[in-house]
Amino acid sequence: MTSSRPNRIDDRLDAAWIWDRIARAVIFIGGISAIVFVVAIFAFVAKEGLGFILQKLDLSFFFSSPEWRPAQEPEPEFGGLALIAGTASVTGLAMLIAVPFSLGVAIYIGEFATGKVRETLKILVELLAAIPSVVWGFIGLTILNPIIIDLFDVPVGLTVLNAGVILGLMAAPIMTTIAEDALKAVPDSYREAAEAMGATRWQVIRQVVLPSASKGLVAAILLGVGRGFGETMAVLMASGHAINIPTGPFDSARALTATIAAELGDTARGSDHYKALFSLGILLFLVTFVINLLADVLVRKGASDRS
Amino acid sequence: MTNETEDPVASAALPLSGGDRAANGAPGDQGGALFTATALDQKNARAERGYHSLFLLMSIVLILPVVAILGLLILRGGPAFSWEFFTEAPRAQFTEGGIFPALVGTLWLVVVALLASVPLGVAAAIYLSEYAKDNALTRLINLAIINLAGVPSIVHALFGLGAFVLFFDFGTSILAASLTLAIMTLPVVIVSTRETLQAVPQSFRMACWSLGATRWQTIRKVVLPNSVSGILTGVILEVSRTVGETAPVMFTGAVLFTPFLPQGVLDETMAMSLHLYMIATVIPDVPPEVPYGVALSLILMVLVLNSASIGFRVYLRGKKKW
Repeated sequence: MTSSRPNRIDDRLDAAWIWDRIARAVIFIGGISAIVFVVAIFAFVAKEGLGFILQKLDLSFFFSSPEWRPAQEPEPEFGGLALIAGTASVTGLAMLIAVPFSLGVAIYIGEFATGKVRETLKILVELLAAIPSVVWGFIGLTILNPIIIDLFDVPVGLTVLNAGVILGLMAAPIMTTIAEDALKAVPDSYREAAEAMGATRWQVIRQVVLPSASKGLVAAILLGVGRGFGETMAVLMASGHAINIPTGPFDSARALTATIAAELGDTARGSDHYKALFSLGILLFLVTFVINLLADVLVRKGASDRS
Repeated sequence: MTNETEDPVASAALPLSGGDRAANGAPGDQGGALFTATALDQKNARAERGYHSLFLLMSIVLILPVVAILGLLILRGGPAFSWEFFTEAPRAQFTEGGIFPALVGTLWLVVVALLASVPLGVAAAIYLSEYAKDNALTRLINLAIINLAGVPSIVHALFGLGAFVLFFDFGTSILAASLTLAIMTLPVVIVSTRETLQAVPQSFRMACWSLGATRWQTIRKVVLPNSVSGILTGVILEVSRTVGETAPVMFTGAVLFTPFLPQGVLDETMAMSLHLYMIATVIPDVPPEVPYGVALSLILMVLVLNSASIGFRVYLRGKKKW
């Protein structure tokens, strides 16, 4: 606490002040770490995959051909259409299930339920969201698979339907939580004003709460899509993993994420196949980046519309 | 609500239309007309009840299958549980023995991941809650956090492989896998810690500043001690996420089988999540109850951790002094 130099900032040059400076610097580094990591993720994935996209990958072939034969000699083929169709069909089916359910449950938790019921439901939804994806995949593989075979009398149960249901069950709790946050962001004064006009609770929800929360709800759906798009283990285990453009829910399919997970272990580092898988990684990164960005913009816009 | 009570059904008493039961019993009475349900009221009430039941039903339909699945896992995986199952290594091509090395490996992965992510995540949360102004940088950080949480786990795996295994040359090791997991779960710690820190009333900080304390002294002596338990809640949540992750570890440090337990962070290890994937899909002739047993242990670990985190949070909310 003593200083040898008597000057104007004498009382500032003590240990506490120095520690404050050090702490500020360290905390600032922590603060920007998230930015550093996102940039680093893109940089490292692009480092392995971008050169391949620019030099070797025929993009029009990638987006138009279902022929994914990365290990074929001497001419490997990198057609991504089947993988994109697989991801799209599984995610689409999952959203058909998850969107109505998550919105319904969010409205129930946020607007109808009270007290203990509400708390219990919130906790259950949170627990659902915590089940690891490999366990979901296992459930699809061992429990849903025979159920689908018996119920629909089909030879294979590892299909778009299976993966879609599993993914829907996985995405619904997360979307519910985000959608409920969006409903919670609508100020109570809006509800009170409508109720004071004699509106029933459902009228309040439909005509006041939902329109006001619409951007946040769309963001919840978008984040659910992003989640389904990026899900790996569950889709790998439940979809059948067949390279095939699915024509119905009982066809097997293969997702972009699952392709990387299944093939990366068998590739030689630096080979075209290895780089092609990193190119798929770039595609996944960019799509989820755009989805997250859009969701963020929507939430921000929803908040500023209200204020 | 403009139409008067010409409607014959209007006399039906509805709880919505006020408590004047005597008036309800006397249709046509001038006083009763104000408090009886009109057709419109009844339609609204029906819609209200209908939607209420619909959403309640949806909630039940969402939760019931999972309860059924959990029951089925207990039924089929329970028989695999034994002392040997948790304390022995797998033998005879995974057809005998237990999952002990996978349990130990998952513990290693979680602990090393926490050592990396908790200090960093708490620092980031302190920055956002205590230092950050509402400017472009802060918005960028928030966006980065959302993206870090939204990037697919397999892309994190590619990053871990490219950065930690190859570029920093850690090889396939606990260190590489844990750092990948740490970055992936960083948003969990940041978001929950930031919420806890922001819940500390501003007046606490002002009281401290007015005594001449620096910002850091205020954080260390006032803000952090008031948030330790909240931070812990977030950390438990992060552990539960880390335990189940498969894709990020399968190319960076977790392997199907090692004959030895890991001795340090540069060793490869077995892990629960990868073990489940492998014995469920790749390894032939595994007794059927064994994968169920592994899935059940994994799900129980996650549910217990999450329940602990939730219980802790509820307890703290009840105890809070402000």
